[in-house]
Amino acid sequence: MHRLGGTIGHVIEVHELTKRYGKNLAVNNLSFTVKPGSVTGFLGPNGAGKSTTLRMILGLHTPTSGSATIDGHPFRELPRGLRHVGALLDAGDAHGGRTARAHLYALARSNRIPRSRVDEVLREVGLADAANRRIGGFSLGMRQRLGIAAALLGDPPVLLFDEPLNGLDPEGVYWVRGLFRRLAAEGRTVFVSSHLMTEMENTADQLIVLGRGELIAAESVADFAARGAGRSVSVRTPDAAELSSLLTAEGASVQRKPDGQLTVVGLSSARIGEIALQRRILLHELTTNTGSLEEAFMELTADSVEYLAGETR
Amino acid sequence: MTAPTTTTRTVLADVPIPERRARFTDLLVAEWIKLWSLRSTIWAFSVSVLAIVGFSATAAIADYQNWPGYDAEHQAYFRTFGAVADSFSTGSATLVMLGAGAIGAITILGEYTTGMIRTTFTAVPARRSVMAAKVVVVVATTTVFGAVVALASFGVAQWILSGRDAGVGLGHPGALRLVVASALLAPVSALVGMGMAAVIRHSVLTIVTTITLLFVLPTVLSSHRHFSVDILHMMVSQAWRRLAYDQSSTAAWPWTTTGAWTVYAVWALVAIVLAVFSSDRRDQ
Repeated sequence: MHRLGGTIGHVIEVHELTKRYGKNLAVNNLSFTVKPGSVTGFLGPNGAGKSTTLRMILGLHTPTSGSATIDGHPFRELPRGLRHVGALLDAGDAHGGRTARAHLYALARSNRIPRSRVDEVLREVGLADAANRRIGGFSLGMRQRLGIAAALLGDPPVLLFDEPLNGLDPEGVYWVRGLFRRLAAEGRTVFVSSHLMTEMENTADQLIVLGRGELIAAESVADFAARGAGRSVSVRTPDAAELSSLLTAEGASVQRKPDGQLTVVGLSSARIGEIALQRRILLHELTTNTGSLEEAFMELTADSVEYLAGETR
Repeated sequence: MTAPTTTTRTVLADVPIPERRARFTDLLVAEWIKLWSLRSTIWAFSVSVLAIVGFSATAAIADYQNWPGYDAEHQAYFRTFGAVADSFSTGSATLVMLGAGAIGAITILGEYTTGMIRTTFTAVPARRSVMAAKVVVVVATTTVFGAVVALASFGVAQWILSGRDAGVGLGHPGALRLVVASALLAPVSALVGMGMAAVIRHSVLTIVTTITLLFVLPTVLSSHRHFSVDILHMMVSQAWRRLAYDQSSTAAWPWTTTGAWTVYAVWALVAIVLAVFSSDRRDQ
C-alpha cells in the first residue's frame, strides 16, 4: 500500500519567495530548506513575515513570486491535506460554537480519517476530559492543544506550528517540546515559528531567522549561538559615567543598566581594562559574556525590527 | 543527520491511517457535521418553522372569524381564490427569505469570521470542492426546511378553513404551485446569503446586502413604471408572488410563470458560482 502520509523524508522548500501587500513587502526573495528528522525553529521579530511564509507554504496565500513546495509539490495541488501536512497556524482558527470533538471529527471526516483517531489525538494533547465542551470556553492554552490535536489527526510527515507555545503553562511548554522532539526523532519534518529566542533555545536543532521578510540566518542552533559569543563585556565600576564616555569615544556602544552595570559591545575586555587603568578608574567587575542565543538574535535582528519600544534606536 | 528508517512507527496513531482516494461524499459528511454541531443551527431552524407556520395561520384565522360576515358571492370567490392565498402570506414568504438567507450566509460567515476557513482549507486544499459541498448541504437542508414550512402552513391554514367548509386540497388550482414556490424560496434565499457571504466575508455587511437584495429592493421599486417593473420582475420575492398568487402587483405588465421560475434559477445559479469560486484565488 502506498502511504503518502506515512512516508518520511519530506522536505519543505522555499525558493525565492516574495509576497507584497500593496506597497508593503512582507516577504522578500526568501529561500530556505527545512529538512526532516529535526526540529527547525523559524525565528524572527513580530511582523518579520513568519506567518505569511507559513501561509504561503500551505497555499492559503498566493506568493507574488517564487515558490514554496512540500516534497516537491505545491500544497494546494493536493486534494486533501491532513495526511501530508499537519498545521497549527492560529489557536483561534476554530468555531467557538462547536465542541472540541465535533471540530476534530468534521476535519477528520473530510480527510477520511477514522473517528477513533479523534479520541486518540484528544488524549494525546490532554483534552480528553474537555472533548464535549465548546471551544468558545477554552483558554488560549487549551486552544493551542486543540490546534496541535488537529495537526496530528492525519499522522502527517510534515508539521508546521505558528507560535505554538503562546498561552501554554510551563507543563504545557514542557510537553510540547517533548512532542516536537518525538515527532522529529521519527523522521518527520517539524517547523516551529517563534518570536522568542529563548523558546527556540531548548526546542529547535536548526534555525531559520527572518527579519523584515528577509533571511538573516539558516544554520544550526549551536552555530547561531556562537555568533553571539564574546561580543559583549559586563563592567562594574563606581565611575560608570566617566568610563562610559571614554569607551564610547573608543568606538564601543555602552548600555547602562539600572543597577549601574555597563554592557559594552565593540571592545574586548583586555582593551577596556587597559583604558580603565590609564585613567585610574576602579573596576569591580570585568566579565566577557559567553554569549547566548538571545543576544545573537537581538544583534542580528536589531536592524530589522518592525516596531521598537522607546528611543533606544 | 541519521538516515531515516523505512517505516516510522507513528508516535501517536494506534493503527496506521491509510491514504485513501479523495471523495466528495466525505466533504458532504464533514459539512453536515459542521452545520449540525452548532446549536445555533437547530435554534434558527426551529424558531423559523414556528414563526412562519404561526404567521401563516393568522390569515386563515382572520378569514375563519370573518366568515359569517361574508355574503354568498364573497364566500364562493374565497373558495376559488382566497383559500390558497391564505395558506402562505407575503409575510410568511418574507420570513422564509430572511430566515433562510441568514442561515445560508452564516454557514460561510462562520468560517471566515472565526478563522476556521484556514483550518478548513489546510485540511482540504481543494477549496472549490469544500465550498461545493457546503452548497449541497445547505441547499438540501433548506429545501427540506422550505418544504416542511410550506406544507405545514398549507395544512394548518386549510384545517382552520375547513371549519367553515372553505378548505381546499393540494389538487386545487394553484395550490401545489404555491407550496412548491414557497418551499423553493428557502434554498434560493439561502444561496443568495451564501453567495454574498463568500464575496463580502464580513458579517454585518453580508446580512445587510442579503436583506437589501431579497427584501428591501423589491419594496422600494415602483410597480407603476415599465422600467422599474422590468427590474421588479427580476426579484426573487416578486417571482414568488407571481408563482404563489395568480394576480400580481404588477398586473399592467404581465409575465409568465416560466419567467418567474427562471428568476429563481438564475439567482440560484449566480449565487452558487459566487459561493463556489470566489474563495479560489483570494488569500485566506
